[in-house]
Amino acid sequence: MAEIAIRGGTVVGRNGSRRADVLVDGEGEIIAVGEDLRGAIEVDAGGCIVTPGLVDLHTHLREPGKEEAETVETGSRSAVAGGYTCVLAMPNTTPTIDNASVVRDVQELGRRALCDVEASAAITVDRAGEQLTPMAELAALGVRWFTDDGTGVQDDHLMRRAMEYSLPLGVVLAQHAENSALSAGGVMHEGAVSSRLGLPGQPAEAEELMVMRDIALARLTGARVHVMHVSTAGAVAMIRAARAGGIPVTAEVTPHHLALTDACCEGYDAVFKVHPPLRTESDVGACRTGLGDGTLDCIATDHAPHTPETKDLPFDQAPPGMIGLETAFAVANTELDLPLETILDRLSWTPAALLGRPDHGTVEAGQRGDLTVIDPDATWTVDAAATVSRSRNTPFAGRELRGVVRHTICSGELVFHDGEVQR
Amino acid sequence: MTGATGVDGRPRHLLSIEELGADGLRTLLQLSDTFVEVGQREIPKVPALRGRTVVSMFFEDSTRTRISFETAAKRLSADVMGFSAGSSSLKKGESLRDTVETILAMGVDALVVRHRSSGAPLQVARWCDEISDGRTVSVLNGGDGWHQHPTQALLDAYSLLERLGRRPGDVPSLEGVSIAIVGDIRHSRVARSNIEAFTLLGADVTLVAPPTLLPAAMPGWPVSVSHDLDEVLAKTDVVYLLRLQRERMEGGLLPSIREYTATYGLTIERTRRLRDDVIVMHPGPMNRGVEIADDATRLLGSLVTDQVRNGVATRMAALFWLLGGSIDG
Repeated sequence: MAEIAIRGGTVVGRNGSRRADVLVDGEGEIIAVGEDLRGAIEVDAGGCIVTPGLVDLHTHLREPGKEEAETVETGSRSAVAGGYTCVLAMPNTTPTIDNASVVRDVQELGRRALCDVEASAAITVDRAGEQLTPMAELAALGVRWFTDDGTGVQDDHLMRRAMEYSLPLGVVLAQHAENSALSAGGVMHEGAVSSRLGLPGQPAEAEELMVMRDIALARLTGARVHVMHVSTAGAVAMIRAARAGGIPVTAEVTPHHLALTDACCEGYDAVFKVHPPLRTESDVGACRTGLGDGTLDCIATDHAPHTPETKDLPFDQAPPGMIGLETAFAVANTELDLPLETILDRLSWTPAALLGRPDHGTVEAGQRGDLTVIDPDATWTVDAAATVSRSRNTPFAGRELRGVVRHTICSGELVFHDGEVQR
Repeated sequence: MTGATGVDGRPRHLLSIEELGADGLRTLLQLSDTFVEVGQREIPKVPALRGRTVVSMFFEDSTRTRISFETAAKRLSADVMGFSAGSSSLKKGESLRDTVETILAMGVDALVVRHRSSGAPLQVARWCDEISDGRTVSVLNGGDGWHQHPTQALLDAYSLLERLGRRPGDVPSLEGVSIAIVGDIRHSRVARSNIEAFTLLGADVTLVAPPTLLPAAMPGWPVSVSHDLDEVLAKTDVVYLLRLQRERMEGGLLPSIREYTATYGLTIERTRRLRDDVIVMHPGPMNRGVEIADDATRLLGSLVTDQVRNGVATRMAALFWLLGGSIDG
């Protein structure tokens, strides 16, 4: 591959920002950061920031099993269009990523993708909540993240054992925090809006009960627990208190839980159906505050592609989930009253560190050439028909957002250039 | 919400009482009065919607609402096509949207939609506005999930005005009337529509139910809530009993039918204490012995016959109004 010079931008990393060009070599490494660098390929970064690529801890790539909605390849295209250079594939595929064979399949698909694709794996076999997966064998294959996402591990005893078993493996147990007895049948947040719409609701307490339990079990076992897609003010408060008490719990929040409320469901458009559900203004406010003060470590998309015909079902029958890779930065940049460096911290180097990539986060010679070039001031209108993802279920369709991803370089390859995916 | 308007600024769809608003509600009640009169003629039929096509799309079983709508459409001389989930390609996996597109392609004027999912008629209305390609298609909500049943509220409001001796043909008003709606509010589309209709007409509405059968949160609802039926019965003018479905015994909503009846049912003992002028209503079908004692059904008087007659008239009014029909054809 040819050398790429990124010219005219402002380099932003966890060690600060400065005006500089960046040169990435054919081996995929940054070889120089400085003034007036030239390369065989030159990329214009005028007016833009040049930052370590975004890292998503929560991506549903749907392969194997639901290739009509997304594949590892199409999902990676969507990822690089959103400025991501690494995504973590969720294991709720068909078959489930719960054994070495499926892990290897997804890793192999990932090697042909446009960005890094890491495989996570289930905590329990077939995510059925009954028997632990061979976590040691899977960890030896490189799996660092275990989750039954789509559902929480309901059995308190089994969750305790999973935490204990995970300790020597150095892996993270990520929880979809939802007490399913309390949320049963609910298709949106339980509250004033669901009551008026006549839709069964899931109370915030369904999430909070499981967060409370997992904090208690993390205190008991010392295991590394991560709370996925936090959506309630109560959960934010509990995580804040747990961290203050030294309990090793981390957490993520999605762009949609930072930007949208249950009022979006009023037209019964299932594009707004998601689990956990869109909550209230005060929950959104608490999530924003939690993200700002670091209680919530990072933003993760929970990119969940679904085909149009499934989202055209009545609200209560449609599957939950929304896509998010291509809008994540712009939503955060538009909606959050946080410094740009903080937003990038939450989207890039902090999630990378949680995933065991502590070097990610600076733009310096010797670092891997995983870079994103973003114009933070340019605006665009989200067009569901123009998504790079194979699916179109974005809740932000028609919204004007601020922040445009111009180019993405992954491991030294220019995979997204001037708004076009390059392969 | 679909804010689309149809003929002469009239709403295009009838999806909820809230969307219809107080003025729309009064207009429809007044129009209903005209169609009650039509129903009393020797040949109870007018040519108002001749050449128009009304499709009843019932994705959930219904006898009374469906027959009532179809009768209403026929008395307006519309062509009526029927469709029910059991006999349709839905069983072959066709999506709701595809079904709607197919029917729209036939060139229809109105869809009456009944669906077990809350909001389905709103989705159908949105698709009609998107797809219908110049032709105005009206959607009438024939009952959706726990959400709304606006024509039931219309016929109930009409029947109530009639029994109170307030002519619906004048300016319909329930000012000064207290109404207790008793039973499973949470799962009731009838309750949601009737609360809106009764309060828009000026009535004072009290909901009487155990907390498990009330909606989870009701901020801003213009109603009072009570858990003491006897106290409410002592002062209310109207008792509106809701049907209690037996599956509500599951999931811990109620300990037993026996306890429900004892606490929230219109038992014989309660009917004895009832003032003579209290009006008892029920949307049907009744669970005799559960929400209403068998002997208490006599208090319903001519309600069932009134409901049948007024149901047809109010649905004629709704179809006529939305489709912009004219009395002269």
